[in-house]
Amino acid sequence: MSMNRGGRPTSAAGSSNIGHPTFTGNKALQIEEPLIFEVGNTGKTGVDLPEPDGKEDRLGGLERKEIGLPGLTEPEVMRHYVRLSQKNFAIDAGVYPLGSCTMKHNARLNEKMARLPGIGDIHPLQPESTVQGALELMSTLAAWLLEMTGMAGVALSPKAGAHGEFCGMAAIKTAQLAKGDARSVVLVPESAHGTNPATASLLGYSVRDVAAREDGTVSPEAVREALGPDVAGIMLTNPNTCGLFERDIIEIADAVHEAGAYFYCDGANFNAIVGKARPGDLGVDCMHINLHKTFSTPHGGGGPGSGPVVFSEALAPFAPVPYVVRDGDVFSLVETVEAAEGMKPFGRQTAFHGQMGMFVRALAYMMSHGSDGMRQASEDAVLNANYVRAGLRDIMTQPFGDQICMHEVLFDDTFLKDTGVTTLDFAKAMIDEGFHPMTMYFPLVVHGAMLIEPTESESKASLDQFIAALRDLTQAAKEGDTERLTGAPYYAPMARLDETRAARQPILRWSPDRPAEAAE
Amino acid sequence: MRYLPLSDADRKAMLSSVGVGSIDDLFADIPEEVRLTELIDLPRKAGEMDVERQLGAMAAKNTAASAVPFFVGCGAYKHHIPASVDHLIQRSEFLTAYTPYQPEVSQGTLQYLFEFQTQMALLTGMEVANASMYDGSTGCGEAVLMAHRVTRRSKAVLSGGLHPQYRDVVHTLCRLTEEPVETLPPDPTGSEDIIAAIDEDTACVVVQTPDVFGRIRDLAPIAAAAHEKGALLVAVVTEIVSLGALKPPGEMGADIVVAEGQSIGVGLSFGGPYVGLLATREKYIRQMPGRVCGETVDADGKRGFVLTLSTREQHIRREKATSNICTNSGLCALAFTIHLSLLGEAGLMRLARINHENAIALADALESVDGVELLTTAFFNEFTIRVPGKAADILESLVEKGVLGGVPASRLAPDQDGLEDLIIVAATEVNTAEDRHAYAKALKEVLS
Repeated sequence: MSMNRGGRPTSAAGSSNIGHPTFTGNKALQIEEPLIFEVGNTGKTGVDLPEPDGKEDRLGGLERKEIGLPGLTEPEVMRHYVRLSQKNFAIDAGVYPLGSCTMKHNARLNEKMARLPGIGDIHPLQPESTVQGALELMSTLAAWLLEMTGMAGVALSPKAGAHGEFCGMAAIKTAQLAKGDARSVVLVPESAHGTNPATASLLGYSVRDVAAREDGTVSPEAVREALGPDVAGIMLTNPNTCGLFERDIIEIADAVHEAGAYFYCDGANFNAIVGKARPGDLGVDCMHINLHKTFSTPHGGGGPGSGPVVFSEALAPFAPVPYVVRDGDVFSLVETVEAAEGMKPFGRQTAFHGQMGMFVRALAYMMSHGSDGMRQASEDAVLNANYVRAGLRDIMTQPFGDQICMHEVLFDDTFLKDTGVTTLDFAKAMIDEGFHPMTMYFPLVVHGAMLIEPTESESKASLDQFIAALRDLTQAAKEGDTERLTGAPYYAPMARLDETRAARQPILRWSPDRPAEAAE
Repeated sequence: MRYLPLSDADRKAMLSSVGVGSIDDLFADIPEEVRLTELIDLPRKAGEMDVERQLGAMAAKNTAASAVPFFVGCGAYKHHIPASVDHLIQRSEFLTAYTPYQPEVSQGTLQYLFEFQTQMALLTGMEVANASMYDGSTGCGEAVLMAHRVTRRSKAVLSGGLHPQYRDVVHTLCRLTEEPVETLPPDPTGSEDIIAAIDEDTACVVVQTPDVFGRIRDLAPIAAAAHEKGALLVAVVTEIVSLGALKPPGEMGADIVVAEGQSIGVGLSFGGPYVGLLATREKYIRQMPGRVCGETVDADGKRGFVLTLSTREQHIRREKATSNICTNSGLCALAFTIHLSLLGEAGLMRLARINHENAIALADALESVDGVELLTTAFFNEFTIRVPGKAADILESLVEKGVLGGVPASRLAPDQDGLEDLIIVAATEVNTAEDRHAYAKALKEVLS
C-alpha cells in the first residue's frame, strides 16, 4: 500500500461487495449516473431561445464552427444533477465535524436575502447613484466586523481565506517598504495551515518554522529566538490548528512588535472567540476572516469563500482598493489607488468589489444572531468540542494531553497503535456510521491527526450518538474486529478510491476517443 | 436563538460532563485582561422578519438590472438564467457540502467538477482545465505566475485591451512579487502592436478577446510571435458566451486561457461571487494552480473521481506550492456547468448569435444618434462609442431617464488619457427592441 507524506495510505484496499449485484448496478436510491458527455448530444438543448434574425455578422472573420458540447433537456438535467447530489454528504444531512473548516448550519434566510433583486441582480459597474443600498450594506458589514474585532480598518474584497492572507501580508510588506525597511523572513509555526507558508513564499519571503512546545502552543521564547531584524512578521493562527488558544499571545505580539515586525493572525478559527475576545486587544495587526466559516456562508462544495481582512491603525492605510466611503447619506467607492486620498493602498486584488453575495449572507447571519447570539454561538461551539473530548478522552489519545480545547478537539493515532487500523480507516468507517469524517492528517505535525470540530449547530443528542459511535469503532479496532474499518466504507456510494492511480496517470477530462472505463 | 440547538439544561449537563463549573472556565486560556465581560456593542439577536426588513430596505435602494433597459458590461454581464439552475444549486447536498476531501461521499461534487473541466476544455479549445478559480481577474494573475514557472522568465506583457482592473490585479501581484510587467496603453481603436513588445525576457503576453472595448482580436499572429521568442500566450476572455460564436483561443495558439464564467449560470451579484476558468495544455498541468479533479477507480474497479495532483498544492507542498489557493468557486462552477449542460452546443451557439445580433442592432441604433461615433467594427456583444461630452455625466443623465447605458471607460482607468468621452456598451439576449429604442431615444435627448 502506498503512503503519502503524512503517512496516509492513498490506494484502494479491500472491497465493498456486499449483497447480490443488481441488474442495473443501482442500489435503490443510489443510482449510477453516466457523464453528460455519454448521454447528451450536441444537437439537443434544454433552453428555448428565439430564432436569430440572420443578420450579417461582424465577427471579423473569426466565427466558430463547432464546439462539441453535449446538451440535455430540462428533465434530463434535473435527473442528472439530482442523482449526483444524492452521492454527496452535506451538513444538512448529518454531522460534518471537519476540523478547521467550521461546517455550521447554513440558514436559508441568508440565501433568500442574497437573491433579492436589489442584491443579486445589480452590476458592479452601475452608476453609484443606482447602488446606494449595496454600498450601505458593505459599509454596515465593515462596521460590524470592526466592532467585533476591535480593529481600525477593513478590506472586504479578498475572495477567500488564502486571498485574505495575501492581502494582509501584502499590507505588511508595503508598510515596511514604505519605511525603507525591507525584510525577508516570515515566522510560521509548524502547525499552521499550508496556506500560510505558501502565501509568505508567494510574496517573496522565506519561511522560518517555529516549533510548538509540549502543550501544543507557541511559546514567547521560541518566537523571540526566531525573531531578528530580517523578520517581517509572524503568521499565527489563534485559536491554533490544534484547537488550543495561544495563551501567551499578548507576550508574543509584544515581542513581534519590539522587533519591528507585524503580527498576522490567521482568523480561520475566529468562530471560537467571537464575543469573548477581540483580536485588536490581543495585539493583532491584521487578520482575515473566513465569512464561510465564522459567519456561515455556505461552503458550496469547496467555495466560493470570502476573506475580508481587518487591520490595525498601523496597517489600515495600506489596505487595498476598492473600499466604500460615506459622506453624510451618500456612499461612494474608491476604486483606484490614485483616487485613495490620504491612504496608501498596496493595490487591487480582484476586479470589482469582492463577494457581495457572501457579504449579504454573512450580514444576515450577524444580524440574526446579534451580539448575544454570536457570543452564545462561540460558547456552544467550544462547549460541544469539549463535550466530544470528554466523551472520548478515556479511549482515544490526544497529542498534547487532555486539556481544555476551544472549538475543535485534536486526537492522534496512538490509540490505534498495533491494531492495524490507520486514521484513514477510522475515518472511512465513520462514513458507514453516517458521519462525515473529521479532518484527518492535519495538522501535519501530529501523527495520524484527527481534528474534530462539531460546531454549535449540533444538538446534545446528535453528539451523544456521535461519541457512542466513535467509542464503538475504537473498541472494534482494539478488539481486532478490524475489517469493519480497514475495508470501509461498505455502505457509501463508492468503495475506497485509488488516489495514487489518479495522480500517476492523470485523466482530467472526458474525451471521445477514450471510452469510459468499465469494471476491470 | 433559532439556530442553536442546545438548551440551558443541555449546557448545564454538558459542562458537568466536561468537568468544569461554568462556560468561562473553557475560555480560561484567554488572558483575563482582554477577556470580554460585556456583550459587544452591536444590536441583539433578531427574527427572520426583522432581518428581512432591514436588508430588504437596503436592497430596495438599488436599481436591479432586470428593472430597466440595461447595457452595462465590462467583465460582468446580465444574462438570463434558467430557473432549474438556481433550484439545483440550492440542493442541500451541493450547497452545504465542502471540498470533496472524502471522495466516497462526495462523488456528486467530483463528477460535476470533472464534467466542468471537460466543458471548459471543449469551450476554450484547450486540452485540460482546472476545477475553477475565484474569478477571471484573479485567474489572470495566477496565469501570469504560472507562465513564470513554465518559462522560468519573469516579464509579463499586458495588452492595452486588457480589462483595466485585471491589469491592476496583475500589476499588484507582480509589484509585490517583484516581477517586471510592461503594459501597453489602452487601445480603443485597435492600433496596438503588441508583437513588438515581446522579447527574449518575456514570460507571457496577456491579450483579452473580445477586449475591454469589445474588439475581437485574432490571437494567431500574437501566439506565433510569442512562441518564436519562447514566451507563452495567455488569452483572457471576460465574456464566456462569446465562445459560442468565436473561434476559441486554443485554436489560435493560446497556451493558457483564463476566463470569467459569470455569464453562464451565475448572477451579477454586484461583482461576486463569480467563477474563474483556467485551461491549458496537457504538458503544463503540473504547473497549473488550483484544484483539479481526476478520474480513477474504486476498490471494486468502478469508475470514480477524486481531487488529484495535490502535490502541487499548499496543504502538501506548503511554501513550495504552485499557489496559495485553497478553495475554488465550487457552487458557481456548478451553476455554470448546469446552465451549460442545458444549453449544449446548439443552445450556446444560438445564445451567442442572439447576443451578437442584439449588439449589432444596438450599435446601429446608437450610431444613428447625432454626435455618436462607433469605434468598434468587429465585436461580439459589446462595443465602444465616442460621445460628445463627458461619458460619466452622460450616463448619469441616462440614469435619470431610466436607462443604464454602459460603463464610462475612464471609470476603470482614470489614470489613462483619452478615455473621458468613451462609453463601453453591452447588449445581451435580455435586451428587447423596446430597450434599444429607449436607449437611443434617451441618448438623443441627453445629447441635444
